[in-house]
Amino acid sequence: METNRYILSILVDNEPGVLSRISGLFSGRGFNIDSLSVAKTADPRVSVITMVTFCDAHIIEQIKKQLHKLINVITVNDLTQKEYVERELALIKVHAKTEKRAEIMRMVDIFRSKIVDVGASHFIVEVSGDSGKINAFVELMKPMGIVEIASTGTIALGRENGK
Amino acid sequence: MKLTGAQILIHMIKAQGVDTIFGYPGGATIDIHDEILKHDDLRHVLVRHEQGAVHMADAYARTHKTTGVALVTSGPGATNAVTGLASAHCDSIPIVVFTGQVPTGLIGNDAFQEVDIVGITRPCTKHNYLVKDPSKLAEIIQEAFFIAGSGRPGPVLVDLPKDVVQAIIDFQMPGPVKMNTYKPNYKPNKKQMTTAVKMIKEARRPVMFAGGGVILSGASQEFTRIAKFANLPVTASLMGLGAFPGSDANWLGMLGMHGTYRANMSIGHSDLIFAAGVRFDDRVTGNLEKFAPDAKVIQIDIDPTSIHKNVEVDCPIVGDCKMALADIAGLMEKEAPENFMKDREAWLNRINEWKQLTPLKYDQSFDTIKPQYVVEKLYEITKGNAIVTTEVGQNQMWAAQYYHFEKPNHFITSGGLGVMGFGLPAAIGAKAGAPDKLVVCVAGDGSIQMNSQELMTAVAEKLDVKIVILNNRYLGMVRQWQELFYNKVYADTNMEAQPDFVKLADAYGATGFRCDDPAKVTQTLEMGLNTPGTVIMEFIVEREESVYPMVPAGGAITDMLLV
Repeated sequence: METNRYILSILVDNEPGVLSRISGLFSGRGFNIDSLSVAKTADPRVSVITMVTFCDAHIIEQIKKQLHKLINVITVNDLTQKEYVERELALIKVHAKTEKRAEIMRMVDIFRSKIVDVGASHFIVEVSGDSGKINAFVELMKPMGIVEIASTGTIALGRENGK
Repeated sequence: MKLTGAQILIHMIKAQGVDTIFGYPGGATIDIHDEILKHDDLRHVLVRHEQGAVHMADAYARTHKTTGVALVTSGPGATNAVTGLASAHCDSIPIVVFTGQVPTGLIGNDAFQEVDIVGITRPCTKHNYLVKDPSKLAEIIQEAFFIAGSGRPGPVLVDLPKDVVQAIIDFQMPGPVKMNTYKPNYKPNKKQMTTAVKMIKEARRPVMFAGGGVILSGASQEFTRIAKFANLPVTASLMGLGAFPGSDANWLGMLGMHGTYRANMSIGHSDLIFAAGVRFDDRVTGNLEKFAPDAKVIQIDIDPTSIHKNVEVDCPIVGDCKMALADIAGLMEKEAPENFMKDREAWLNRINEWKQLTPLKYDQSFDTIKPQYVVEKLYEITKGNAIVTTEVGQNQMWAAQYYHFEKPNHFITSGGLGVMGFGLPAAIGAKAGAPDKLVVCVAGDGSIQMNSQELMTAVAEKLDVKIVILNNRYLGMVRQWQELFYNKVYADTNMEAQPDFVKLADAYGATGFRCDDPAKVTQTLEMGLNTPGTVIMEFIVEREESVYPMVPAGGAITDMLLV
């Protein structure tokens, strides 16, 4: 069966151990996690986990049902079944030699990202977008010399008409 | 009302209708045992190993039809309970296991007898809790019982730090459980049931297939009603034995790796499988690619994850088996039964041919006892009325094949996890749950040794169980695989070094009988079953007898080794 990328938005009880129940379910059943992001929601008793996984249609059905079965899971929303917006954010520390500074700043401009820290020998660039955009930016920065990257997993929300 | 944590715990357990708990004390649980002693209406069965306590609670749940309860201490007490939890998890048995824990202030400090049992048991429980706040204790216990017993049942663990048990709390009986995140759906979809009825009507080669879910939801009657109304052939998984009467003409026998030839052939050639409360595990389906290629599938299950997991389902019905089967029976009975039997004759004839050609059989011997013969005689003498527990291996399969279960909740086995050492404690738990019933444990000489210390529990607590040991001085099922697939190299399966089981019975204050003569099997069984107290009946059986028919692992279920 064909492998697809799925983004699941999972509302869970904001309790200790819940993340471990979910990650344990994935490792125990051999499902893969591509990225995972956990955050509070407007309701302090509830957290939202955004998870990206690559699998076929048969497996995603099992994943969704197995997640539902966990007592602390409130809802499982498959955003890829509808209209959605996704973002990832990356902080990229890149070598900024004097002769390269102008070029880096031009790229930052083109990608509508920003320089959030300037040092004697490096910039830290903040870039957000879908993973394709971030990967493209990272590729362009590579020749400049990337020192370090930190990035969030994918976060996503269903659009109004996609509810 | 001011109560201690221990008092609240006992109060909440009794409120569930539980009259027996199985446990073993330790430093972290002394307060609870101290409290239990004050309650004449709550029996505590002191086991000899915590694994035994959990298996007993499992079997108690099946015969008493309430949730089973075990109580063990922190650290090793808790880790010893893990196998029992995992077994109950696989078989969907409602139990609540309470574990002691070091005081909250010490948690995470590697304290003496501290273990992260909530972390350890996450994948083998339906849910688990660490109670940190004494004011939440009552509510959590109530939730634990609710989760264990509702939806697809399963084990729940509640970890109780010593200071929580000792705390004095203002107690109020919590109201009914209301959970945002857990609302099992019992009510089946009407449209799906109408579709199911239509599919049964259109089928020419239908088979009904019962699993443990039929027994758990108490749906045997409804299941049987449909089978009889439409004259449908019936098979069952190991966990489903007893859901349909084993003496009925529509009964095909068990399905799967050691199922009957006719059951496997019927499923393999069917055009409709009407399954209820099953999960199509690998021991039933064999090679999935070759499983029932022409069959459409109707599947009723309370747990949506059981549907479409291994086998594609044409008509999924998520809901309680009893409700769904009753509704489907109601829909069918609006019409004439003949509407559901069109062009059925050829199919029934074919099944009958399979039955005639290859009935379940073994070669009788006058020199050595055949293990199948012992089970057959046990069935005859007890008239099929005993509750039979099994260990795991050949003994389990022979019990399943030759004790033709008539009624639900009479066959108690560790089906999913396959725990050797299950049968004896399960027999004790079953007896505690159903004191008026005859309880027989069918065991092998290997597996009985895995929890034989529980003989002491049976004798001390006067929970009389009758143990039939089929002694072939081998780990017989593994030996059978070695014979068939490993060139008869019997690596580490020889069990000739073993205790004298008659003396072992004697040492524990039970009674032991040994029999090595086929002519005396009946006599030994009658004597053993009629002897008061706990009894071991040891039968020295044919050493290299194998369980047949058999589907080699990974093969199609229609490719059976017959002898």
